[in-house]
Amino acid sequence: MSRVLMRGNEAIAEAAIRSGLKCYFCYPITPQGEMVEYMARELPKRGGVFLQAESEVAAINMVYGAAAAGVRTMTSSSSPGISLKQEGISYIAMARLPCVIVNMMRGGPGLGNIAPAQGDYFQATKGGGHGDYRLIVLAPSTVPEAAELVRLAFDLSDKYRVPAMLLADGMIGQMMEPVELPEPVDPDRIPPRPWAVTGARGRPKNVVSSFDLEPEGLREMNLVLQETYREIERNEVRWEEVETGDAELLLVAYGTVGRIAKTVVRLAREEGLPVGLFRPITLWPFPYEPLRMLAEKVGTVLTVELSAGQMWEDVRLAVEGRAETPFYGELGGVVPSPKRILEEVRKYVG
Amino acid sequence: MSVEVAVPKGYTRVFSKPRALSDAGFTYCPGCHHGIITRLVAEAIDELGILERTVGIAPVGCAVFLDRFFNCDFVQAAHGRACAVATGIKRARPDLVVFTYQGDGDLAAIGTAETVHAANRGENITVIFVNNGIYGMTGGEMAPTTLPGQRTTTTPAGREPRLHGYPLKISEMLAQLDGPAYITRQAVFDHPHIVKAKRAILKAFRNQLDGKGFSLVEILSTCPTNWRMSPAEAGRWVAEEVTEVFPLGDLKDVG
Repeated sequence: MSRVLMRGNEAIAEAAIRSGLKCYFCYPITPQGEMVEYMARELPKRGGVFLQAESEVAAINMVYGAAAAGVRTMTSSSSPGISLKQEGISYIAMARLPCVIVNMMRGGPGLGNIAPAQGDYFQATKGGGHGDYRLIVLAPSTVPEAAELVRLAFDLSDKYRVPAMLLADGMIGQMMEPVELPEPVDPDRIPPRPWAVTGARGRPKNVVSSFDLEPEGLREMNLVLQETYREIERNEVRWEEVETGDAELLLVAYGTVGRIAKTVVRLAREEGLPVGLFRPITLWPFPYEPLRMLAEKVGTVLTVELSAGQMWEDVRLAVEGRAETPFYGELGGVVPSPKRILEEVRKYVG
Repeated sequence: MSVEVAVPKGYTRVFSKPRALSDAGFTYCPGCHHGIITRLVAEAIDELGILERTVGIAPVGCAVFLDRFFNCDFVQAAHGRACAVATGIKRARPDLVVFTYQGDGDLAAIGTAETVHAANRGENITVIFVNNGIYGMTGGEMAPTTLPGQRTTTTPAGREPRLHGYPLKISEMLAQLDGPAYITRQAVFDHPHIVKAKRAILKAFRNQLDGKGFSLVEILSTCPTNWRMSPAEAGRWVAEEVTEVFPLGDLKDVG
């Protein structure tokens, strides 16, 4: 492990290269420009392919091609660009191709702005494009965690043949922190891809497709996806708890807000308020069960988000009336201070 | 199912199915030129001996089942995105021979950007562009290449350029770029043209093997079903009407 001071966008890029990234396709957009620039500078030197595409649509379809050809591949963008990629992501999901997509979320809808926001939660966790599919969605709250989750995103995506998304925001992309970068991956440990299109020599032809005109056939393809999703839900739920043991109020927050909420817990505890934090790391699969168990023990589950309450819906599905479920959200790229969140907390405890 | 017909004594086999083609029957309508074009591509793959290193990109449209017809690896692309998908494959594995097979709606309408930029980058891929001036499988709607006055299900009174635009000459557009190696327009309505088209397809694949870059063969095709013509009438329509708007010949060739 090497410890260096890095910007979030660059740490993600470096971690991806160390994870065996072979092909990276992109279209420039703020606030993830440093990732694109880092890849342009570093990836070709280290045996990979960097290509700036003519559009987000083209970039994700290049990812589709490279993934079909059996290499570790990735694209990154920010909210409006991720909207454009949805068609391709849907095809990739049904074709069961592994890849990593990074979304450095910004304020929306529309052109919005380039400030941190979490308005793409629905898009990331509920499908986004057409059809019944899911992405593995990982939400880092710090730069070191972002680097760590990039490696996990590649590994899980390969393991399940499901595209993985790293969902962060401009705050994590832009800030600098000390990072422990992962060791370069051993190429032999990257799972083999016997389904990839590598030329039909000495084997029957491989076809990568998201298509079956026959309803029974397409249902079968869908059922394979759904079985895979159930397996991921059983095995890959990740979350962090802070001071939940005796908490009477549980904050639920992810990403940048999850980080701020840790400070809120500390400030609340200094005042003697029994406050804890539940921070989902996998937004899909969402940690319903652990949150439900905690909800049995606390009176209030307060969701804080940079959205109008998108994750809040999953929180309420988890809690199912076992506790009060108030909500505090900010919109438009406004990031609440710890003090502002503490004001919300005081409404329900103390 | 493969049926091997025994060659009677004293006879010599002079014609057989290309090795690149599977035993699956074509799904094209009777009389449509797709069958000829698909076969020419298969013959070219056979003659160059590249079947085991070729990857095809199937489009959306009449050739959506293309992966069934061939014995090589295949990827099914979204409508219009074949050149981007081909780029991803070729960049990941430059040793593969990558070709797309696209219709006019796919390549020259919804996929215009992907086509133009792949050509402009000089991506070392081979593009087979089947231009029949209509959306065949979807139901005979106007395509970017529909002729002025031509009736389609979305131009029931005929294509009116002031309302619907003019036939898009994308091959002429691509030929203006510095990136492409070879841009040509061919047809397969009679035997001499089939021979020429075959030569062009071979060249477009050879260019890729020689690392020359983006090569596109546009082939004027027919759609007897949606044109409401017999196959013979459709062939004459290409020869007499379509070639007036889309003249045959090489548009760019770096040699």
